[in-house]
Amino acid sequence: MKYEVVIGLEVHVEMLTGSKLFCSCPNRFVAEPNVNTCPVCLGFPGALPQLNREALQQALRAAVALNCKVALYSYFDRKNYFYPDMPKGYQISQHYIPLGSNGFLDIEDEKGELKQVGIGRVHIEEDAGKLLHEAGGASGGSSMVDYNRAGGPLIEIVSEPDLRSSGEARRYLEKLKSIMQYAGVSDCKMEEGSLRCDANVSLRIPGDQSFGIKTELKNMNSFRAVEKSLDHDIKRQARILDSGEKVVTQTLRWDEDRQETIVMRGKLEAGDYRCFADPELAPIELTAEEVELARQNLPEMAAERARRFVEQYGLPEYDAGVLTASRCLADYFESCLEHFNKPKEVSNWVMGEFSAHLNNAGLEADQASFTPEDMVELLKMIDEQVISGKIAKEVLEKAFVSGKKPRLVVEEEGLLQISDQSELEAIIDRVISENPDTVESYRGGKGKALGHLVGQVMKATRGKANPQLVNELLVKKINS
Amino acid sequence: MRLYEMTAAELSRRLQSREVSSAEVVRSFLERIDEVDPYLRAFITRTPDLALKSAGEIDSRRMRGETLHPLAGVPIAVKDNISTLALRTTCASRILENYIPPFDATVVAALKKAGMPILGKTNLDEFAMGSSTENSAFFPTRNPWDPGRVPGGSSGGSVVAVATGMAPLALGSDTGGSIRQPASLCGVTGLRPTYGRVSRYGLVAFASSLDQIGTVSTTAFDGALLMNLIAGYDPLDSTSLPEEVPDYRAGLEPGLDKLRVGLIRYGRVDGFDPEVTEAVNKAASMLEEHGAKVGEVSLPLTDYGLSAYYLIAPSEASSNLGRYDGVRYGFCADGDSIEAMFSRTRGEGFGAEVKRRIMIGTYALSAGYYDAYYLKAMKVRTLIRRDYEKAFKKFDLLLGAASPTPAFKLGEKTEDPLQMYLSDVCNITDSLAGMPSLAVPGGFHSSGLPLGLQLTARPMQEKLLLKTGRFFEEQRAEYPLRPSLDFLEERGGDYEI
Repeated sequence: MKYEVVIGLEVHVEMLTGSKLFCSCPNRFVAEPNVNTCPVCLGFPGALPQLNREALQQALRAAVALNCKVALYSYFDRKNYFYPDMPKGYQISQHYIPLGSNGFLDIEDEKGELKQVGIGRVHIEEDAGKLLHEAGGASGGSSMVDYNRAGGPLIEIVSEPDLRSSGEARRYLEKLKSIMQYAGVSDCKMEEGSLRCDANVSLRIPGDQSFGIKTELKNMNSFRAVEKSLDHDIKRQARILDSGEKVVTQTLRWDEDRQETIVMRGKLEAGDYRCFADPELAPIELTAEEVELARQNLPEMAAERARRFVEQYGLPEYDAGVLTASRCLADYFESCLEHFNKPKEVSNWVMGEFSAHLNNAGLEADQASFTPEDMVELLKMIDEQVISGKIAKEVLEKAFVSGKKPRLVVEEEGLLQISDQSELEAIIDRVISENPDTVESYRGGKGKALGHLVGQVMKATRGKANPQLVNELLVKKINS
Repeated sequence: MRLYEMTAAELSRRLQSREVSSAEVVRSFLERIDEVDPYLRAFITRTPDLALKSAGEIDSRRMRGETLHPLAGVPIAVKDNISTLALRTTCASRILENYIPPFDATVVAALKKAGMPILGKTNLDEFAMGSSTENSAFFPTRNPWDPGRVPGGSSGGSVVAVATGMAPLALGSDTGGSIRQPASLCGVTGLRPTYGRVSRYGLVAFASSLDQIGTVSTTAFDGALLMNLIAGYDPLDSTSLPEEVPDYRAGLEPGLDKLRVGLIRYGRVDGFDPEVTEAVNKAASMLEEHGAKVGEVSLPLTDYGLSAYYLIAPSEASSNLGRYDGVRYGFCADGDSIEAMFSRTRGEGFGAEVKRRIMIGTYALSAGYYDAYYLKAMKVRTLIRRDYEKAFKKFDLLLGAASPTPAFKLGEKTEDPLQMYLSDVCNITDSLAGMPSLAVPGGFHSSGLPLGLQLTARPMQEKLLLKTGRFFEEQRAEYPLRPSLDFLEERGGDYEI
């Protein structure tokens, strides 16, 4: 492509706190609407906000984890606009002075080299409620509002327009998620909305100093959707530019079903939010010591943890990198080790089969019903030769899907390993008599042929035979 | 002397000595309300049953020998922009005509805890926006000294209730003079405490950085009694002040030696009644005679105060009133779309003055105007605060008028918002600077209408204000002042204007 792609991302992250940003309502998901509400988060007349200090600490942690310069003096502004899910007619945010600015994070660029992506600002703001539309004919139908989420604690993280491809955008998001998770700021589950991403994208001729006309992309519900919608819009913009036309400033929505972007609104509809300092909240004042303390108290991040995994558990660097990419996965791995201290074996299973099932199901390690205890149970069965590695894969899959204990799956499915010598000898005798050619070529010195025979025995036992025992018995029988 | 003519202090004394019961006291005030309120209309909602019920409870607690708050059993009226649990709180607006709060304002919770029966909710200019109580969506309140005149505003209902013995005490709110200006027009004492001294939690916001709940009483001492109850830090209000609360009653005895008083020389203010200036000068002489040192002080930025105020307050109001959209509470109009529902709800629910201020504020905060209007006004506000700080290096107390004129006629200024805004000119800079300020009666105009003085002190110096207020009371033969209300008899029961 002859154009250079310029992408900037605006990410909203739900912070993990006990209560909402400005009231004591619980900050957690409940299905029943409007349960977690009070006069403050419903914007009742006369109710006043009180800043949740825990949320401030979380935001501070996020800012220092993203290498930001932290404002020792900042405050909250009101962003005024009308929408039914906005209880007060304004959102409390930080417009004029963000808590954090001038930060960065590192990703790999398209050539695999380290690239620093600037973070323009990290600021605190409150979440809105949720509109539920009820269908009911052309004129009918009603909309209802659930304010459970209203007033929830968010941080907005705005990158500089430093990203040059959809792949970089994706890696930026992955890195951001990892940092937020490691810092304990958020669980960053995009599918659940605890990480939300809007993208600004424009094209320009390489070497141009000024930016092209940008579009804003919304409604992407997964990292994959971010990548796809960016690709989609980059192609669309390129086509427009190729034909000599101009890109129009507009906001587009990603349609997951149709796999395309759809225009939401043009520039003229962009709002004037009439931001001004919220007179009902005291300014946020921090000391340099508090900021430094937050920096020092940051938990171990992915890179450090990977280094530790190599040193402490003797894992290959590759394993350590894969395991620590997600904090939950690394936690899962270490939980397994507590009861089954064979790091490389655990690593193989966690980053292999287990991760594959997680990806298929679109889950994080801590959401899987297959717990570290289950994994340990499975690995112990292999270790004790109750089941073979091959059978173990089947057991893991069944346990992962059904939520049953691995041992129960083995019992129910009759998957216990056959280590009974007489039972195996009968099968081996049959395989030997049915494959005289293979037996001959083994005798003739072709070692590989033995593998084929083992395979036949395994096939006959539907994989339940103890492979080591089969090997021994086969060699003994053929040589005798 | 009838019970309803007594001060809160006197009622408190008689209740504590068990000379009277709270039920008797409350009944006396309820009768007075029945007699007077149909003509003056201070109350939007009267709560006789609730008041008698809490009076009964206090009486039985007293009978059981429980230790009670000094104000226990003393009834009170509450301005109808202060939230009362399960009791309609309208802000004198159609949009909240049937709104019933699910919580008590912190000050109301304090009244209830102390056992003060609430007589009702008093009239005001809609959302406290106005200076005459004529902007009430329901009805205007009349001045008891001349029912053809306004009581001032926005706390007109609270002030008239106290001035006429319908309540011994009342809570008001003061954003740009809403306690002090009506107090002066009706001859009662009104205190606007330091910003943050009394919790705003539950006060329906007009302009949050200026709004302050305060007291309306017939004497400074009664104001001190009520301040003892409502002042203090409230974790629910981020702007409330953590400083310890003094006993406002203690040390109010006169003694003005070495008190340095700055007599405010106003800049160019049109329409200042010369008799008002005379009354203020006379008050200055009284202070001087009793040992105070009086000098002149000018607050040069006062001239800009009104302009700054009428940008900052409407800006905040335009945002504070955004929540009235008909979705969760209050009046809701039908509409084919959400936008139509919003605009019809607000279009029909708000009165003209509220809409005017929302528009002014929206304009002042808009992109392209923010710097020239809102931000400039905020800078002026900072400079005004510095003016005060400078003045308070030389003086302990500033003395001026609480209103440039005595009460004006009903309808006189309703067609000219600017003239109406000018009636707050004496009060507004104290509000912008966040200083405590007290209106006390300052004699009479030749027309027979009361005039008010305004005293302003450093932050947290409410006690000095109350003490000086008490000094002025003691200079007068008869106190408290009571309007005769002879028009009630003259017109029989058919009084109407």
